[in-house]
Amino acid sequence: MSEALSQQLMVQEEDTQQGKFLTFPLGNEVFGIEIKFVTEIIGIQSITYVPNVPVYVRGIINLRGKIIPVIDIRLKFKKPTVEYDDRTCIIVIDLKDTSIGLIVDCVSEVLDISDEDIVPPPSYKTGFQNRFIKGIGKVGSDVKLLLDCEKIITDNEPDTLVSVN
Amino acid sequence: MDDSNGNGRDQMLDMFIFESNQLIEQLEEIMLETEKNGELNADNINEIFRIMHTIKGSSAMMAYNNISKMAHSVEDLFFFIRDKKPQNIDISEICDLVLAASDFIKLEVLKVDEGKESDGDEKELEARIKQYLGLISGKDSAPEAAAAAAPAGNAAQSTDEQQIKTSEVPPDDFRYTAKLYFEEGGQMENVRAYTIVRNLIEFTHEAYTYPKDLINTLPELILENGFMIFFATNLEESQLRPIFEEALYLKSYELTKVDSYQKELEKYNLAAGDTTKVNDTDAPKVNPVAKLPDQNANKSSTDPAASKGSKLSLISVNVNKLDNLMNLVGELVISESMVTKNPELKDLQLDNFNKAARQLRKLTDELQDIVMSIRMIPIAGTFQKMQRIVRDMSRKLNKDVEFVTVGDETEVDKNIVDHLSDPLMHLIRNAMDHGVEPEDERVKKGKAPKARITLTAHNTGGDIMISVSDDGSGINKDRIIKKAREAGLLTKPESELSEKEIFSFLLMPGFSTKEKVTEFSGRGVGMDVVKQNIEEVGGSISIKSIEGEGSTFTIVIPLTLAIADAMELSVGNCVYTLPTVSIKESFRAKDEDIIYDNDNNEMIMIRGNIYPIIRLYDLLKIETSVKKLNEGILIMIEGDNKTACIFADKLLGEQQVVVKPLPKYLIHYAVKESGIEGCTILGDGSISLILSAKGIISRII
Repeated sequence: MSEALSQQLMVQEEDTQQGKFLTFPLGNEVFGIEIKFVTEIIGIQSITYVPNVPVYVRGIINLRGKIIPVIDIRLKFKKPTVEYDDRTCIIVIDLKDTSIGLIVDCVSEVLDISDEDIVPPPSYKTGFQNRFIKGIGKVGSDVKLLLDCEKIITDNEPDTLVSVN
Repeated sequence: MDDSNGNGRDQMLDMFIFESNQLIEQLEEIMLETEKNGELNADNINEIFRIMHTIKGSSAMMAYNNISKMAHSVEDLFFFIRDKKPQNIDISEICDLVLAASDFIKLEVLKVDEGKESDGDEKELEARIKQYLGLISGKDSAPEAAAAAAPAGNAAQSTDEQQIKTSEVPPDDFRYTAKLYFEEGGQMENVRAYTIVRNLIEFTHEAYTYPKDLINTLPELILENGFMIFFATNLEESQLRPIFEEALYLKSYELTKVDSYQKELEKYNLAAGDTTKVNDTDAPKVNPVAKLPDQNANKSSTDPAASKGSKLSLISVNVNKLDNLMNLVGELVISESMVTKNPELKDLQLDNFNKAARQLRKLTDELQDIVMSIRMIPIAGTFQKMQRIVRDMSRKLNKDVEFVTVGDETEVDKNIVDHLSDPLMHLIRNAMDHGVEPEDERVKKGKAPKARITLTAHNTGGDIMISVSDDGSGINKDRIIKKAREAGLLTKPESELSEKEIFSFLLMPGFSTKEKVTEFSGRGVGMDVVKQNIEEVGGSISIKSIEGEGSTFTIVIPLTLAIADAMELSVGNCVYTLPTVSIKESFRAKDEDIIYDNDNNEMIMIRGNIYPIIRLYDLLKIETSVKKLNEGILIMIEGDNKTACIFADKLLGEQQVVVKPLPKYLIHYAVKESGIEGCTILGDGSISLILSAKGIISRII
């Protein structure tokens, strides 16, 4: 009985998060992350450097006693770096018991994008790193690139490892 | 007893499962000891009898008749052994039967635990036990013994079905009234009361209780008002007292000898022949008095303190609560240093504050020690399980193996113990199955016919080291190399592979040199899973083996070390933490002590010994201005029995730190390989990485 109720609540909660995306600009594109993965957005803070990891893993931060790794989305997508400033944000996403922070230039807004407005990315590999893109959402005349959070977390490209000696 | 009872049932079920498991564990321990010694001593017989009796009672109460019947048949067997002391018992046969029965009960309890029906069929094993009982009692040829055994068998049914029989109360019986009260917090007082009554009625000819139906009385009522027993027996008061004193959570009892309790019975509406009259024709009645006194005398003389102490001072606590406590204490330690080492206090002269801060530090230290020690349990329990595996496998594989355990008393964090069981089981199985050769082969090789498997645990500084070694055939390196080549795992020429590298292939997923799958291997747990399990608790595993002489698998796990004493040191802008246990000394180097080899590797000579120098800024790739050896500081560290000196900018001071694991995401990367074993949060909220001496040294040596 109570189980059924909590299940119903969960479905409801998922419903309210369904189709909502947190968007942030990066270079000329605008990216979106499904809101259900986002736990919070914090300003940039001091990052502790960790040796022997790919360049885009900037290190770890202390989020109220919880230690989470942060990666720089610009570096991850091989875009030119910019200085961090007070608009720089860390989007904390939580997926499969793993928390991770994504450093972005700034965040813009939360958008509703319904399923029919989302098209899959082209299947061929272009120079653009579209393996992290789950779909392309259309909002009016704009397009938003929707990120595949799971791939970002599980992807650990050994090829980009900083070689040690 | 059924679903109408909601919460009460869950609690009872939990208690039942917990108690049964504990008892079964005890039983196994006793049986293995018995088998080893080749004899059943009186204490053990009594203990087995008691365990089975308790299980019988509680399982019957929970309506698991198969468990109860099984326990009953073992109880009968031991009742006979205790009473008649037959000389013709075959210890190994008895052990087989009892272990089989305990396995049965364990399995059924597990089913119950998992919410399944307890549907195991006890009949076959029960019949075997009865048959054996018939065998030993038959040869004994004492007519009363047979008589004692036979009704005992029937009594199983009669008590289970709650059949009521009335029997004549012999005229020479004493009559007693007893009023009992329970302590608060024991829970399930109704069940406990019923258990006491059940224990008691074995020795009585009639017994009445008030409230009538104990089981279906609210536990709170019994807790508040206590309960009464009226009974007739031929036992003396002094013989009865131990029965009550044995009961758990009993606060007090009054036992009064009376001429007649007829009046009380009438007062409480308990007429003779009433349905509550619990009576039995159970076996013990045949001759209960003869045995009881010396049984009790025995018990109390052996370890009165132990039995009393354990009743009074042990409580079981949910591990989650302990985890929470541990986390809280961890946070407390951090906030303590946040306060006492607050940068705002830096240049102030605060004598009183410092005094108070020291006091606080002392208290948090003590608190920590206690919390840690709560979580520490001896590893003996895990070793016990292994003993059982060795025993079973040596039977099945027909390999005679001597199992030696060293360091049972080593204490390990509960978390780690839980993670150890599976890997150890796997290693032991491997040793039994693949390591140890059959007897004839051993004789041919000129080895002792009896193989030996040794399980050792000991503390080495901050680590616990557990090793499983056998004197079997060892591991054939060529076979591993061949297999690795086939799987395409070789990354360098075969001739350049070190022993360590060769054996580390064994720990890779899907790697197996097994040529055939046996009952004990191929269960889906490979060596890679062993490695994974151990790494989960921050440990490592290494293999040593000499072909023909045996293999040793060594597991090294940090003792618990959620909180450790550590030294902080700075390199460039970063602060690193180094556990104090691994630091031997620190000093400033003199230029003339530095030696360079032909590859320009730096070394230092200290008191006649040469140690390599590792520059941390090089290792960790950090920018720093301190690059001259005589400007910074050298710290001599030791790990894995090797020593080296590391070079840092400066030492910042000693502090207690709470070790936190690195985030999961980083485990993919070779962070650990670069000598980082975790991280910690400093007083100012920033993060410092914890260096592992072992990790750093293994990078270069």
